[in-house]
Amino acid sequence: MKTIEDLKRLREQLKTKNNLRHDGGTQIIVGMGTCGIAAGARQVMTAVLEEVAKRKLEDVKVCQTGCIGMCEKEVLLDVVRPGEPRITYGRVTPADVPKIIAEHVVNGRIIAELAIGKIVE
Amino acid sequence: MREISLHILDLVQNSIEAGATAVKLEIIETIVKDSMVIRVYDNGRGMNKKMRQLVIDPFITTRTTRRIGLGLPLMDMSTKRCGGYLKIDSTPGQGTVIEAMYQHSHFDRPPMGNLVETIKSILVGNPVLEFSYKHTVDDKSISISSREIADILDGISLTQPDVLIWLHGYLSDNIANLYGGANDENN
Ligand SMILES: Nc1ncnc2c1ncn2[C@@H]1O[C@H](COP(=O)(O)OP(=O)(O)OP(=O)(O)O)[C@@H](O)[C@H]1O
Ligand code: FES
Ligand SMILES: [Mg+2]
Repeated sequence: MKTIEDLKRLREQLKTKNNLRHDGGTQIIVGMGTCGIAAGARQVMTAVLEEVAKRKLEDVKVCQTGCIGMCEKEVLLDVVRPGEPRITYGRVTPADVPKIIAEHVVNGRIIAELAIGKIVE
Repeated sequence: MREISLHILDLVQNSIEAGATAVKLEIIETIVKDSMVIRVYDNGRGMNKKMRQLVIDPFITTRTTRRIGLGLPLMDMSTKRCGGYLKIDSTPGQGTVIEAMYQHSHFDRPPMGNLVETIKSILVGNPVLEFSYKHTVDDKSISISSREIADILDGISLTQPDVLIWLHGYLSDNIANLYGGANDENN
């Protein structure tokens, strides 16, 4: 059974590894409005967190946001790489997540078939 | 929603959209009383009396992106189908408490579902929210708070891969333990 003590030990190990997160990492944002949740947003979030853990992605930020007003395109997932436009993917399923992470988050290649929008900030 | 844990995620999202900086989730399951009570406390903008009475109606929403609000009406229906209720207690400018009750053994009660993923999503996806979770099943209980974790992590993010693995294991083990180790109804 995992305990709080385990977290304290892990903290010590990470401190010595000195790989504290640097700012400016890629952001992944999952839409968690009611219809997002009903369409499977939590399962998409689960898949994102699994992928981050599995691929040991140290400088990714994951957040959830409310409704963006495109219910028919839920689940919505945005990827923002530092200095690049914000890309919105629509009708995302957990099965799409490994591809989005491998292609876009890690290698910077936008997946055109899944993308539904682009915001230049 | 097929799982109570999805309604919970939705309630917490309501609190965040109401500007809350602190949210407390409390789940109390009492088998002898045949009850499951869920409370979400927040310090968001609150609702006045009129609003409190109206929000159970899907045509009442302050959202601007869609003309109907589904979250509270859906949960209200789900509790009422199961010998329970949804109660809203709120003070404008101070905060809101949503209380949902289900008859525990009710045939139509949705399963709690994947509470681990709900709590993980809230904690990881809202890094500045002060979130706490307390869950009691008869005489067993667990609690966890974002502040307690942040104090230990001291600057390391919850999305750090090894921390994520710890969080998943910690929540899974402790929640399964609440239900006597075999987390049967909740996959
Ligand atoms: N915790 C809260 N604090 C303050 N106001 C709230 C809270 N929860 C709900 N409300 C108010 O009640 C309204 C209805 O909520 P409800 O969850 O039913 O729909 P919604 O959030 O507007 O849309 P949806 O849930 O469908 O995405 C909200 O628009 C908001 O004005
Ligand atoms: S809840 Fe976000 S568009 Fe439907
Ligand atoms: Mg809502």
